[in-house]
Amino acid sequence: MKVFVVAEHKDGKLKRVSAEVVAEFGRQGQEVTALVLGSGDLNAITGDLAKAGASKIIVLEHADLKDYSTEGYANAAHAYLSSQGAEVIASGGQGKDFMPRLAAKFGVGVANDCTSFGLASGKLTVRRPVFAGKCSKSVEFLKSPAMFTLRPNVVSSEGKTAAGTVERVAATPGAIRTKVAEVIASAAKKVELTEADIIISGGRSLKSADNFKILHECAAVVGAAVGASRAAVDAGYAPHAMQVGQTGKTVSPKLYIACGISGAIQHLAGMRTSKVIVAINKDAEAPIFQKADYGIVGDLFEVVPLLTAELKKLKG
Amino acid sequence: MNIFVCIKQVPDTETKIRIKGDKSGIETNDVKWIVSPYDEFAIEEALRAKAFLKTGTVTVVTVGPDRAVEALRTGLAMGADTAVHVRWETSCNVSIAKAVAEVVKKENGSVIFSGKQAIDDDQGVVFAYTAELLNWPSTSTVSKVEFGTDGKSVTVEKEVDGSARHKIAMNTPCVIAMTKGINAPRYASLPGIMAAKKKTVKVYSPSDLGLSDSPLLKDFDYELPPERKAGIKLSGEIPAQVAELVKRLREEAKVI
Ligand SMILES: Cc1cc2nc3c(=O)[nH]c(=O)nc-3n(C[C@H](O)[C@H](O)[C@H](O)COP(=O)(O)OP(=O)(O)OC[C@H]3O[C@@H](n4cnc5c(N)ncnc54)[C@H](O)[C@@H]3O)c2cc1C
Repeated sequence: MKVFVVAEHKDGKLKRVSAEVVAEFGRQGQEVTALVLGSGDLNAITGDLAKAGASKIIVLEHADLKDYSTEGYANAAHAYLSSQGAEVIASGGQGKDFMPRLAAKFGVGVANDCTSFGLASGKLTVRRPVFAGKCSKSVEFLKSPAMFTLRPNVVSSEGKTAAGTVERVAATPGAIRTKVAEVIASAAKKVELTEADIIISGGRSLKSADNFKILHECAAVVGAAVGASRAAVDAGYAPHAMQVGQTGKTVSPKLYIACGISGAIQHLAGMRTSKVIVAINKDAEAPIFQKADYGIVGDLFEVVPLLTAELKKLKG
Repeated sequence: MNIFVCIKQVPDTETKIRIKGDKSGIETNDVKWIVSPYDEFAIEEALRAKAFLKTGTVTVVTVGPDRAVEALRTGLAMGADTAVHVRWETSCNVSIAKAVAEVVKKENGSVIFSGKQAIDDDQGVVFAYTAELLNWPSTSTVSKVEFGTDGKSVTVEKEVDGSARHKIAMNTPCVIAMTKGINAPRYASLPGIMAAKKKTVKVYSPSDLGLSDSPLLKDFDYELPPERKAGIKLSGEIPAQVAELVKRLREEAKVI
Protein backbone atom coordinates (compact mmCIF):
# COMPACT_ATOMS: atom_id res chain seq x y z
CA MET A 1 0.00 0.00 0.00
CA LYS A 2 1.06 3.59 -0.48
CA VAL A 3 1.48 4.89 3.03
CA PHE A 4 2.34 8.48 3.97
CA VAL A 5 3.09 9.71 7.47
CA VAL A 6 2.87 13.43 8.15
CA ALA A 7 5.63 14.05 10.69
CA GLU A 8 5.37 16.43 13.62
CA HIS A 9 8.26 18.42 14.95
CA LYS A 10 8.99 21.12 17.45
CA ASP A 11 12.11 23.20 18.09
CA GLY A 12 13.98 21.37 15.32
CA LYS A 13 13.28 17.94 16.77
CA LEU A 14 11.05 15.12 15.58
CA LYS A 15 8.24 14.31 17.99
CA ARG A 16 8.56 10.79 19.27
CA VAL A 17 5.04 9.87 18.21
CA SER A 18 6.01 10.38 14.56
CA ALA A 19 8.85 7.88 14.96
CA GLU A 20 6.36 5.56 16.65
CA VAL A 21 3.98 5.63 13.65
CA VAL A 22 6.78 5.07 11.13
CA ALA A 23 8.42 2.30 13.17
CA GLU A 24 5.11 0.48 13.66
CA PHE A 25 4.42 0.42 9.91
CA GLY A 26 7.95 -0.94 9.50
CA ARG A 27 7.31 -3.72 11.99
CA GLN A 28 4.30 -4.67 9.90
CA GLY A 29 6.50 -4.85 6.81
CA GLN A 30 5.06 -1.71 5.26
CA GLU A 31 7.20 0.91 3.50
CA VAL A 32 6.55 4.48 4.52
CA THR A 33 7.09 7.86 2.93
CA ALA A 34 7.32 10.59 5.54
CA LEU A 35 6.31 14.19 4.92
CA VAL A 36 8.09 16.95 6.79
CA LEU A 37 6.48 20.38 6.53
CA GLY A 38 8.67 23.30 7.49
CA SER A 39 11.51 25.57 6.48
CA GLY A 40 15.17 25.98 7.33
CA ASP A 41 17.39 23.26 8.73
CA LEU A 42 15.31 20.12 9.12
CA ASN A 43 18.19 17.62 8.99
CA ALA A 44 17.83 16.36 12.56
CA ILE A 45 14.19 15.59 11.80
CA THR A 46 14.78 13.79 8.51
CA GLY A 47 17.64 11.88 10.12
CA ASP A 48 15.41 10.61 12.91
CA LEU A 49 12.70 9.62 10.43
CA ALA A 50 15.22 7.52 8.49
CA LYS A 51 16.27 5.91 11.76
CA ALA A 52 12.65 5.07 12.54
CA GLY A 53 12.37 3.37 9.15
CA ALA A 54 11.11 5.88 6.57
CA SER A 55 12.33 4.79 3.14
CA LYS A 56 11.59 8.14 1.56
CA ILE A 57 11.21 11.61 3.06
CA ILE A 58 9.52 14.49 1.29
CA VAL A 59 10.37 17.88 2.73
CA LEU A 60 7.60 20.33 1.87
CA GLU A 61 9.36 23.66 2.18
CA HIS A 62 7.84 27.07 2.64
CA ALA A 63 8.61 30.01 4.90
CA ASP A 64 4.95 30.04 6.04
CA LEU A 65 5.37 26.50 7.37
CA LYS A 66 8.12 27.45 9.79
CA ASP A 67 5.59 27.30 12.60
CA TYR A 68 2.76 24.82 12.81
CA SER A 69 -0.68 25.97 11.71
CA THR A 70 -3.83 23.96 11.09
CA GLU A 71 -4.53 25.40 7.67
CA GLY A 72 -0.91 25.50 6.54
CA TYR A 73 -0.50 21.79 7.26
CA ALA A 74 -3.85 20.78 5.75
CA ASN A 75 -3.34 22.88 2.61
CA ALA A 76 0.28 21.94 1.94
CA ALA A 77 -0.20 18.24 2.68
CA HIS A 78 -3.24 18.12 0.42
CA ALA A 79 -1.58 20.00 -2.43
CA TYR A 80 1.23 17.46 -2.44
CA LEU A 81 -0.63 14.26 -1.60
CA SER A 82 -3.57 14.72 -3.96
CA SER A 83 -1.45 13.60 -6.90
CA GLN A 84 0.40 10.80 -5.08
CA GLY A 85 -2.24 8.09 -5.02
CA ALA A 86 -2.03 7.87 -1.23
CA GLU A 87 -3.93 4.92 0.21
CA VAL A 88 -3.11 5.60 3.86
CA ILE A 89 -2.27 8.93 5.52
CA ALA A 90 -1.24 8.74 9.16
CA SER A 91 -0.02 11.18 11.77
CA GLY A 92 0.54 11.50 15.50
CA GLY A 93 -0.97 13.52 18.32
CA GLN A 94 -0.98 16.94 16.64
CA GLY A 95 -2.63 15.32 13.65
CA LYS A 96 -5.84 15.44 15.60
CA ASP A 97 -5.76 19.17 14.84
CA PHE A 98 -5.16 19.25 11.07
CA MET A 99 -6.17 15.78 9.87
CA PRO A 100 -9.94 16.47 9.97
CA ARG A 101 -9.42 19.45 7.64
CA LEU A 102 -7.18 17.35 5.41
CA ALA A 103 -9.79 14.57 5.41
CA ALA A 104 -12.47 17.09 4.37
CA LYS A 105 -10.31 18.09 1.40
CA PHE A 106 -10.16 14.44 0.35
CA GLY A 107 -13.84 13.91 1.20
CA VAL A 108 -13.05 10.97 3.48
CA GLY A 109 -13.40 10.11 7.16
CA VAL A 110 -10.67 10.15 9.77
CA ALA A 111 -10.11 8.12 12.95
CA ASN A 112 -8.33 10.11 15.65
CA ASP A 113 -6.32 8.96 18.64
CA CYS A 114 -5.97 5.30 17.67
CA THR A 115 -4.12 2.91 19.95
CA SER A 116 -3.24 0.30 17.34
CA PHE A 117 -3.49 -0.33 13.62
CA GLY A 118 -2.99 -3.26 11.33
CA LEU A 119 -2.70 -3.93 7.62
CA ALA A 120 -4.14 -7.12 6.20
CA SER A 121 -4.82 -7.97 2.56
CA GLY A 122 -4.54 -4.39 1.42
CA LYS A 123 -6.87 -3.07 4.09
CA LEU A 124 -6.20 -0.92 7.12
CA THR A 125 -8.08 -1.47 10.36
CA VAL A 126 -7.53 0.68 13.43
CA ARG A 127 -8.54 0.27 17.01
CA ARG A 128 -9.43 3.22 19.14
CA PRO A 129 -10.79 4.00 22.59
CA VAL A 130 -14.23 5.55 23.07
CA PHE A 131 -15.64 7.10 26.25
CA ALA A 132 -12.10 7.96 27.28
CA GLY A 133 -11.18 4.28 27.26
CA LYS A 134 -14.23 2.89 29.03
CA CYS A 135 -14.49 0.80 25.87
CA SER A 136 -12.82 0.52 22.47
CA LYS A 137 -13.81 -0.29 18.91
CA SER A 138 -12.37 -1.18 15.53
CA VAL A 139 -12.74 1.14 12.57
CA GLU A 140 -12.51 0.33 8.86
CA PHE A 141 -12.25 2.89 6.10
CA LEU A 142 -14.85 2.70 3.34
CA LYS A 143 -13.23 5.32 1.11
CA SER A 144 -9.58 5.84 0.22
CA PRO A 145 -7.30 7.31 1.46
CA ALA A 146 -7.68 5.85 4.95
CA MET A 147 -6.69 8.51 7.46
CA PHE A 148 -5.86 8.13 11.12
CA THR A 149 -3.80 9.57 13.94
CA LEU A 150 -1.98 7.46 16.51
CA ARG A 151 -2.01 8.27 20.22
CA PRO A 152 1.49 8.95 21.58
CA ASN A 153 3.17 6.28 23.69
CA VAL A 154 1.24 3.20 22.53
CA VAL A 155 3.93 1.56 20.36
CA SER A 156 7.71 1.54 20.36
CA SER A 157 9.63 4.22 18.46
CA GLU A 158 12.57 1.88 17.78
CA GLY A 159 12.56 1.13 14.07
CA LYS A 160 14.89 -0.46 11.55
CA THR A 161 16.92 2.27 9.88
CA ALA A 162 15.91 2.76 6.24
CA ALA A 163 17.35 4.74 3.33
CA GLY A 164 15.36 7.87 4.11
CA THR A 165 16.14 9.49 0.76
CA VAL A 166 15.27 13.14 1.08
CA GLU A 167 13.48 15.02 -1.66
CA ARG A 168 12.78 18.71 -1.24
CA VAL A 169 9.58 20.10 -2.77
CA ALA A 170 8.33 23.69 -2.74
CA ALA A 171 5.13 23.64 -0.70
CA THR A 172 1.90 25.54 -1.28
CA PRO A 173 0.46 26.27 2.16
CA GLY A 174 -2.05 28.78 0.71
CA ALA A 175 -3.64 31.45 2.84
CA ILE A 176 -3.17 30.87 6.54
CA ARG A 177 -5.93 32.89 8.13
CA THR A 178 -4.92 32.32 11.74
CA LYS A 179 -2.05 34.53 12.86
CA VAL A 180 -0.04 33.67 15.94
CA ALA A 181 0.18 37.06 17.64
CA GLU A 182 2.02 35.93 20.75
CA VAL A 183 3.46 32.80 22.31
CA ILE A 184 2.76 32.59 26.01
CA ALA A 185 5.19 30.02 27.36
CA SER A 186 4.75 28.66 30.82
CA ALA A 187 7.58 29.37 33.22
CA ALA A 188 8.77 25.82 33.76
CA LYS A 189 9.77 23.47 30.96
CA LYS A 190 7.53 20.55 31.72
CA VAL A 191 7.28 17.04 30.43
CA GLU A 192 4.14 16.73 28.29
CA LEU A 193 1.56 14.58 30.08
CA THR A 194 0.44 12.53 27.10
CA GLU A 195 4.01 11.68 26.15
CA ALA A 196 5.42 11.01 29.60
CA ASP A 197 6.69 7.56 30.59
CA ILE A 198 5.98 8.26 34.24
CA ILE A 199 3.21 10.41 35.70
CA ILE A 200 2.76 11.43 39.32
CA SER A 201 -0.71 12.80 39.99
CA GLY A 202 -2.20 14.57 42.95
CA GLY A 203 -5.77 15.04 44.09
CA ARG A 204 -7.86 17.29 46.28
CA SER A 205 -5.91 15.97 49.25
CA LEU A 206 -2.85 18.05 48.24
CA LYS A 207 -4.77 20.95 49.82
CA SER A 208 -2.94 23.77 47.99
CA ALA A 209 -1.12 24.67 44.80
CA ASP A 210 2.01 25.12 46.85
CA ASN A 211 1.90 21.54 48.12
CA PHE A 212 2.06 20.25 44.55
CA LYS A 213 5.77 21.04 44.75
CA ILE A 214 6.35 17.77 46.60
CA LEU A 215 5.05 15.99 43.49
CA HIS A 216 7.17 18.16 41.18
CA GLU A 217 10.25 17.37 43.26
CA CYS A 218 9.59 13.66 43.01
CA ALA A 219 8.81 13.93 39.28
CA ALA A 220 12.05 15.78 38.59
CA VAL A 221 14.11 12.84 39.87
CA VAL A 222 12.73 10.43 37.26
CA GLY A 223 11.78 12.84 34.47
CA ALA A 224 8.09 12.36 35.15
CA ALA A 225 5.17 14.63 34.34
CA VAL A 226 2.81 15.83 37.05
CA GLY A 227 -0.95 15.34 36.67
CA ALA A 228 -3.99 16.17 38.77
CA SER A 229 -7.53 15.07 39.46
CA ARG A 230 -10.40 17.31 38.52
CA ALA A 231 -11.06 18.06 42.18
CA ALA A 232 -7.52 19.45 42.47
CA VAL A 233 -7.94 21.46 39.27
CA ASP A 234 -11.33 22.85 40.25
CA ALA A 235 -9.92 23.86 43.63
CA GLY A 236 -7.25 25.84 41.78
CA TYR A 237 -4.31 23.72 42.97
CA ALA A 238 -3.26 22.83 39.42
CA PRO A 239 -3.92 24.26 35.93
CA HIS A 240 -6.54 22.42 33.87
CA ALA A 241 -3.91 21.37 31.33
CA MET A 242 -2.75 18.96 34.05
CA GLN A 243 -6.13 17.28 34.52
CA VAL A 244 -6.23 13.55 33.86
CA GLY A 245 -9.56 11.92 33.15
CA GLN A 246 -12.61 11.80 30.94
CA THR A 247 -12.76 15.59 30.72
CA GLY A 248 -8.99 16.02 30.83
CA LYS A 249 -6.06 14.20 29.29
CA THR A 250 -6.14 10.50 28.55
CA VAL A 251 -2.74 9.08 29.35
CA SER A 252 -1.03 5.71 29.11
CA PRO A 253 2.37 5.96 30.75
CA LYS A 254 4.47 3.02 31.87
CA LEU A 255 3.96 4.10 35.46
CA TYR A 256 1.15 6.14 36.98
CA ILE A 257 1.41 7.12 40.64
CA ALA A 258 -1.88 8.41 42.09
CA CYS A 259 -1.33 10.37 45.29
CA GLY A 260 -4.42 11.14 47.36
CA ILE A 261 -6.78 10.39 44.48
CA SER A 262 -9.93 8.43 45.31
CA GLY A 263 -10.32 6.75 41.91
CA ALA A 264 -13.61 8.15 40.56
CA ILE A 265 -14.86 6.57 37.31
CA GLN A 266 -14.04 9.77 35.36
CA HIS A 267 -10.47 9.79 36.64
CA LEU A 268 -9.94 6.09 35.98
CA ALA A 269 -11.16 6.57 32.41
CA GLY A 270 -8.16 8.78 31.74
CA MET A 271 -5.42 6.58 33.17
CA ARG A 272 -6.61 2.99 33.26
CA THR A 273 -4.44 2.00 30.30
CA SER A 274 -1.29 2.86 32.23
CA LYS A 275 1.01 -0.16 32.34
CA VAL A 276 1.55 -0.05 36.09
CA ILE A 277 -0.55 1.90 38.58
CA VAL A 278 0.58 2.80 42.08
CA ALA A 279 -1.88 4.22 44.61
CA ILE A 280 -0.90 6.18 47.68
CA ASN A 281 -3.96 6.90 49.79
CA LYS A 282 -4.64 7.08 53.51
CA ASP A 283 -8.03 5.41 53.10
CA ALA A 284 -7.53 1.65 52.68
CA GLU A 285 -11.04 1.44 51.17
CA ALA A 286 -10.42 4.03 48.41
CA PRO A 287 -11.62 2.63 45.04
CA ILE A 288 -8.26 3.44 43.41
CA PHE A 289 -6.77 0.42 45.21
CA GLN A 290 -9.08 -1.81 43.13
CA LYS A 291 -7.20 -0.74 40.01
CA ALA A 292 -3.71 -0.35 41.41
CA ASP A 293 -0.92 -2.87 40.97
CA TYR A 294 0.81 -1.61 44.10
CA GLY A 295 -0.71 0.30 46.96
CA ILE A 296 0.57 2.08 50.00
CA VAL A 297 -1.98 2.95 52.64
CA GLY A 298 -0.55 6.07 54.16
CA ASP A 299 -0.37 9.84 54.30
CA LEU A 300 0.98 11.19 51.03
CA PHE A 301 2.78 14.00 52.83
CA GLU A 302 4.87 11.32 54.51
CA VAL A 303 5.09 8.84 51.61
CA VAL A 304 5.93 11.15 48.71
CA PRO A 305 9.09 12.74 50.22
CA LEU A 306 10.30 9.27 51.19
CA LEU A 307 9.65 8.09 47.65
CA THR A 308 11.59 11.05 46.27
CA ALA A 309 14.53 10.19 48.51
CA GLU A 310 14.38 6.51 47.56
CA LEU A 311 14.29 7.32 43.84
CA LYS A 312 17.25 9.68 44.28
CA LYS A 313 19.23 6.84 45.78
CA LEU A 314 18.36 4.70 42.79
CA LYS A 315 19.36 7.34 40.25
CA GLY A 316 22.43 8.04 42.39
CA MET B 1 -23.48 38.30 14.72
CA ASN B 2 -25.25 34.94 14.62
CA ILE B 3 -23.34 32.57 16.86
CA PHE B 4 -24.01 28.90 16.21
CA VAL B 5 -23.07 26.51 18.99
CA CYS B 6 -22.70 22.85 17.99
CA ILE B 7 -23.71 20.63 20.85
CA LYS B 8 -23.91 16.87 21.25
CA GLN B 9 -25.99 14.78 23.61
CA VAL B 10 -23.78 12.15 25.24
CA PRO B 11 -24.07 9.59 28.05
CA ASP B 12 -23.40 11.00 31.52
CA THR B 13 -19.80 10.55 32.64
CA GLU B 14 -21.00 8.27 35.47
CA THR B 15 -22.38 5.79 32.91
CA LYS B 16 -21.21 2.24 33.26
CA ILE B 17 -20.70 1.25 29.64
CA ARG B 18 -22.29 -2.00 28.44
CA ILE B 19 -21.72 -3.44 24.97
CA LYS B 20 -24.48 -4.74 22.69
CA GLY B 21 -24.58 -8.47 22.07
CA ASP B 22 -23.39 -8.12 18.46
CA LYS B 23 -20.62 -5.71 19.54
CA SER B 24 -21.93 -3.05 17.14
CA GLY B 25 -22.22 -0.35 19.77
CA ILE B 26 -23.15 0.36 23.36
CA GLU B 27 -26.45 -0.31 25.12
CA THR B 28 -28.29 2.97 25.53
CA ASN B 29 -31.62 1.91 27.06
CA ASP B 30 -30.99 3.14 30.59
CA VAL B 31 -28.38 5.75 29.89
CA LYS B 32 -28.77 9.22 31.39
CA TRP B 33 -28.05 11.82 28.70
CA ILE B 34 -26.26 15.12 29.20
CA VAL B 35 -24.85 17.92 27.06
CA SER B 36 -21.20 17.09 26.41
CA PRO B 37 -19.26 19.12 29.03
CA TYR B 38 -16.98 20.85 26.50
CA ASP B 39 -20.07 22.01 24.60
CA GLU B 40 -21.37 23.65 27.78
CA PHE B 41 -18.23 25.80 27.75
CA ALA B 42 -19.10 26.75 24.18
CA ILE B 43 -22.69 27.71 25.08
CA GLU B 44 -21.47 29.83 28.00
CA GLU B 45 -18.84 31.52 25.84
CA ALA B 46 -21.42 32.31 23.16
CA LEU B 47 -23.74 33.92 25.72
CA ARG B 48 -20.83 36.01 27.01
CA ALA B 49 -19.82 37.03 23.48
CA LYS B 50 -23.37 38.15 22.73
CA ALA B 51 -23.46 40.17 25.95
CA PHE B 52 -20.12 41.76 25.09
CA LEU B 53 -21.11 42.61 21.51
CA LYS B 54 -24.54 43.82 22.71
CA THR B 55 -26.09 42.40 19.55
CA GLY B 56 -26.72 39.16 17.73
CA THR B 57 -28.25 35.79 18.47
CA VAL B 58 -27.09 32.53 19.95
CA THR B 59 -28.39 29.38 18.25
CA VAL B 60 -27.72 25.91 19.59
CA VAL B 61 -27.62 23.22 16.93
CA THR B 62 -27.48 19.46 17.20
CA VAL B 63 -27.62 16.57 14.78
CA GLY B 64 -29.13 13.55 16.47
CA PRO B 65 -32.16 11.40 17.23
CA ASP B 66 -35.41 12.67 18.80
CA ARG B 67 -34.05 12.55 22.34
CA ALA B 68 -31.31 15.06 21.41
CA VAL B 69 -33.89 17.83 21.62
CA GLU B 70 -33.35 17.68 25.40
CA ALA B 71 -29.79 18.91 24.89
CA LEU B 72 -31.16 21.83 22.87
CA ARG B 73 -33.63 22.59 25.69
CA THR B 74 -30.69 22.75 28.11
CA GLY B 75 -28.96 25.24 25.81
CA LEU B 76 -32.12 27.32 25.50
CA ALA B 77 -32.61 27.25 29.28
CA MET B 78 -29.06 28.53 29.74
CA GLY B 79 -29.99 31.48 27.54
CA ALA B 80 -29.61 30.60 23.86
CA ASP B 81 -32.18 32.39 21.68
CA THR B 82 -33.05 29.67 19.21
CA ALA B 83 -32.30 26.05 18.41
CA VAL B 84 -31.94 23.87 15.34
CA HIS B 85 -32.43 20.12 15.46
CA VAL B 86 -31.32 18.08 12.49
CA ARG B 87 -33.22 14.88 13.21
CA TRP B 88 -30.80 12.32 11.99
CA GLU B 89 -29.61 9.23 13.77
CA THR B 90 -26.26 8.93 12.06
CA SER B 91 -23.06 7.65 13.58
CA CYS B 92 -20.92 9.23 10.85
CA ASN B 93 -19.25 12.41 12.00
CA VAL B 94 -18.70 13.52 8.41
CA SER B 95 -22.48 13.42 7.86
CA ILE B 96 -22.88 15.51 11.02
CA ALA B 97 -20.31 18.04 9.80
CA LYS B 98 -22.09 18.30 6.44
CA ALA B 99 -25.42 18.87 8.17
CA VAL B 100 -23.98 21.58 10.41
CA ALA B 101 -22.37 23.30 7.43
CA GLU B 102 -25.68 23.29 5.52
CA VAL B 103 -27.62 24.63 8.52
CA VAL B 104 -25.11 27.42 9.11
CA LYS B 105 -25.29 28.40 5.41
CA LYS B 106 -29.10 28.38 5.38
CA GLU B 107 -29.38 30.33 8.61
CA ASN B 108 -26.61 32.86 7.91
CA GLY B 109 -24.36 31.93 10.79
CA SER B 110 -21.38 34.21 11.30
CA VAL B 111 -19.34 32.14 13.72
CA ILE B 112 -19.41 28.57 15.08
CA PHE B 113 -18.52 27.63 18.64
CA SER B 114 -18.18 24.06 19.87
CA GLY B 115 -16.41 21.93 22.43
CA LYS B 116 -12.95 20.65 21.44
CA GLN B 117 -14.42 17.13 21.33
CA ALA B 118 -17.49 15.24 22.49
CA ILE B 119 -16.82 13.04 25.48
CA ASP B 120 -18.38 9.92 23.96
CA ASP B 121 -16.43 9.53 20.74
CA ASP B 122 -13.50 11.79 21.73
CA GLN B 123 -12.72 12.64 18.10
CA GLY B 124 -12.73 16.42 17.70
CA VAL B 125 -13.59 16.02 14.03
CA VAL B 126 -16.96 17.71 13.47
CA PHE B 127 -16.04 21.37 14.05
CA ALA B 128 -12.82 21.18 12.01
CA TYR B 129 -14.47 19.27 9.18
CA THR B 130 -17.31 21.80 9.15
CA ALA B 131 -14.79 24.65 9.03
CA GLU B 132 -13.14 23.12 5.98
CA LEU B 133 -16.49 22.52 4.25
CA LEU B 134 -17.36 26.20 4.81
CA ASN B 135 -13.81 27.28 4.02
CA TRP B 136 -13.57 29.14 7.36
CA PRO B 137 -10.48 29.28 9.57
CA SER B 138 -10.67 27.26 12.79
CA THR B 139 -8.85 27.04 16.10
CA SER B 140 -9.23 24.35 18.74
CA THR B 141 -8.34 23.83 22.42
CA VAL B 142 -9.21 27.47 23.01
CA SER B 143 -9.09 28.74 26.59
CA LYS B 144 -9.92 32.41 25.95
CA VAL B 145 -11.99 34.30 23.36
CA GLU B 146 -11.90 38.07 22.83
CA PHE B 147 -13.91 39.69 20.08
CA GLY B 148 -13.12 43.10 18.64
CA THR B 149 -16.00 45.47 19.44
CA ASP B 150 -17.28 45.31 15.84
CA GLY B 151 -17.31 41.49 15.95
CA LYS B 152 -15.19 41.30 12.79
CA SER B 153 -11.99 40.19 14.47
CA VAL B 154 -11.38 37.77 17.29
CA THR B 155 -8.32 36.85 19.33
CA VAL B 156 -8.20 33.47 21.01
CA GLU B 157 -5.75 31.68 23.27
CA LYS B 158 -5.00 28.16 22.13
CA GLU B 159 -3.44 25.58 24.42
CA VAL B 160 -0.45 23.97 22.79
CA ASP B 161 1.11 20.89 24.39
CA GLY B 162 -0.37 21.78 27.75
CA SER B 163 2.61 23.92 28.68
CA ALA B 164 2.36 26.84 26.26
CA ARG B 165 -0.43 28.96 24.84
CA HIS B 166 -0.62 30.76 21.53
CA LYS B 167 -2.52 33.99 21.12
CA ILE B 168 -4.14 33.67 17.70
CA ALA B 169 -5.89 36.36 15.69
CA MET B 170 -8.60 35.52 13.15
CA ASN B 171 -11.39 37.27 11.34
CA THR B 172 -14.99 36.14 11.38
CA PRO B 173 -16.53 34.01 10.01
CA CYS B 174 -14.58 31.31 11.84
CA VAL B 175 -14.88 28.22 14.00
CA ILE B 176 -13.70 28.16 17.63
CA ALA B 177 -13.57 24.96 19.72
CA MET B 178 -13.29 25.34 23.49
CA THR B 179 -11.36 23.50 26.13
CA LYS B 180 -11.79 23.36 29.88
CA GLY B 181 -10.80 26.38 31.92
CA ILE B 182 -12.31 28.95 29.58
CA ASN B 183 -15.28 29.67 31.84
CA ALA B 184 -17.63 28.18 34.41
CA PRO B 185 -20.87 27.39 32.55
CA ARG B 186 -23.96 28.85 34.21
CA TYR B 187 -26.72 26.58 35.45
CA ALA B 188 -30.10 26.91 33.84
CA SER B 189 -32.28 28.99 36.18
CA LEU B 190 -35.93 28.12 36.81
CA PRO B 191 -37.12 31.18 34.81
CA GLY B 192 -34.62 30.10 32.12
CA ILE B 193 -36.13 26.63 32.00
CA MET B 194 -39.66 28.11 31.79
CA ALA B 195 -38.61 30.52 29.03
CA ALA B 196 -36.94 27.70 27.10
CA LYS B 197 -40.29 25.96 26.74
CA LYS B 198 -41.58 28.90 24.71
CA LYS B 199 -38.55 29.15 22.43
CA THR B 200 -38.67 27.52 19.02
CA VAL B 201 -36.71 24.51 17.93
CA LYS B 202 -36.44 24.48 14.15
CA VAL B 203 -36.37 20.95 12.78
CA TYR B 204 -34.65 19.78 9.61
CA SER B 205 -34.46 16.34 8.09
CA PRO B 206 -31.33 15.28 6.20
CA SER B 207 -33.24 15.54 2.91
CA ASP B 208 -34.21 19.16 3.73
CA LEU B 209 -30.47 19.78 3.65
CA GLY B 210 -29.89 17.74 0.51
CA LEU B 211 -28.04 15.04 2.41
CA SER B 212 -28.21 11.29 2.68
CA ASP B 213 -26.22 8.95 4.85
CA SER B 214 -23.24 7.37 3.18
CA PRO B 215 -20.91 6.37 5.98
CA LEU B 216 -17.20 6.71 5.31
CA LEU B 217 -16.08 4.68 8.31
CA LYS B 218 -17.33 1.37 9.64
CA ASP B 219 -17.30 0.85 13.40
CA PHE B 220 -17.38 -2.67 14.78
CA ASP B 221 -16.15 -4.98 17.48
CA TYR B 222 -16.84 -2.80 20.52
CA GLU B 223 -15.15 -4.24 23.56
CA LEU B 224 -14.69 -3.43 27.22
CA PRO B 225 -11.09 -3.22 28.33
CA PRO B 226 -9.83 -6.12 30.41
CA GLU B 227 -10.72 -5.41 34.04
CA ARG B 228 -7.67 -4.33 35.96
CA LYS B 229 -7.22 -6.59 38.90
CA ALA B 230 -6.42 -5.15 42.27
CA GLY B 231 -2.76 -5.77 42.96
CA ILE B 232 -1.10 -5.83 46.32
CA LYS B 233 -1.12 -3.44 49.23
CA LEU B 234 2.30 -3.29 50.78
CA SER B 235 2.64 -3.64 54.52
CA GLY B 236 5.02 -2.72 57.31
CA GLU B 237 6.46 0.61 58.37
CA ILE B 238 5.98 3.35 55.77
CA PRO B 239 9.72 3.84 54.99
CA ALA B 240 10.09 0.09 54.46
CA GLN B 241 7.00 0.07 52.22
CA VAL B 242 8.43 2.86 50.10
CA ALA B 243 11.74 1.02 49.75
CA GLU B 244 9.90 -2.14 48.76
CA LEU B 245 7.75 -0.24 46.27
CA VAL B 246 10.79 1.18 44.50
CA LYS B 247 12.44 -2.24 44.49
CA ARG B 248 9.37 -3.87 42.97
CA LEU B 249 8.91 -1.11 40.39
CA ARG B 250 12.48 -1.69 39.34
CA GLU B 251 12.83 -5.45 39.52
CA GLU B 252 9.32 -6.83 39.12
CA ALA B 253 7.48 -4.26 36.98
CA LYS B 254 10.65 -2.92 35.33
CA VAL B 255 9.21 0.57 34.87
CA ILE B 256 11.90 2.67 36.51
C1 LIG C 1 -18.94 15.61 34.10
C2 LIG C 1 -17.82 15.21 35.02
C3 LIG C 1 -16.55 15.06 34.50
C4 LIG C 1 -15.48 14.72 35.32
N1 LIG C 1 -14.22 14.58 34.77
C5 LIG C 1 -13.19 14.26 35.58
C6 LIG C 1 -11.86 14.12 35.06
O1 LIG C 1 -11.62 14.29 33.85
N2 LIG C 1 -10.86 13.81 35.91
C7 LIG C 1 -11.05 13.63 37.26
O2 LIG C 1 -10.08 13.36 37.97
N3 LIG C 1 -12.29 13.75 37.77
C8 LIG C 1 -13.35 14.08 36.97
N4 LIG C 1 -14.58 14.24 37.54
C9 LIG C 1 -14.69 14.29 39.01
C10 LIG C 1 -14.69 12.96 39.70
O3 LIG C 1 -16.03 12.49 39.75
C11 LIG C 1 -14.14 13.10 41.15
O4 LIG C 1 -14.90 14.06 41.83
C12 LIG C 1 -12.68 13.51 41.22
O5 LIG C 1 -11.89 12.69 40.40
C13 LIG C 1 -12.20 13.39 42.66
O6 LIG C 1 -10.89 13.89 42.79
P1 LIG C 1 -9.96 13.44 44.00
O7 LIG C 1 -9.75 11.99 43.91
O8 LIG C 1 -8.78 14.33 43.99
O9 LIG C 1 -10.80 13.85 45.27
P2 LIG C 1 -11.62 12.98 46.31
O10 LIG C 1 -12.58 12.09 45.64
O11 LIG C 1 -12.10 13.93 47.32
O12 LIG C 1 -10.54 12.02 46.94
C14 LIG C 1 -9.51 12.44 47.76
C15 LIG C 1 -8.76 11.20 48.17
O13 LIG C 1 -7.58 11.58 48.85
C16 LIG C 1 -7.40 10.75 49.99
N5 LIG C 1 -6.59 11.52 50.94
C17 LIG C 1 -6.95 12.64 51.63
N6 LIG C 1 -5.90 13.12 52.32
C18 LIG C 1 -4.85 12.29 52.10
C19 LIG C 1 -3.50 12.25 52.54
N7 LIG C 1 -3.00 13.18 53.35
N8 LIG C 1 -2.71 11.26 52.09
C20 LIG C 1 -3.20 10.29 51.25
N9 LIG C 1 -4.47 10.29 50.80
C21 LIG C 1 -5.29 11.28 51.21
C22 LIG C 1 -8.77 10.41 50.45
O14 LIG C 1 -8.76 9.19 51.17
C23 LIG C 1 -9.53 10.30 49.12
O15 LIG C 1 -9.49 8.98 48.62
C24 LIG C 1 -15.68 14.54 36.72
C25 LIG C 1 -16.97 14.66 37.23
C26 LIG C 1 -18.03 14.98 36.41
C27 LIG C 1 -19.40 15.08 37.00
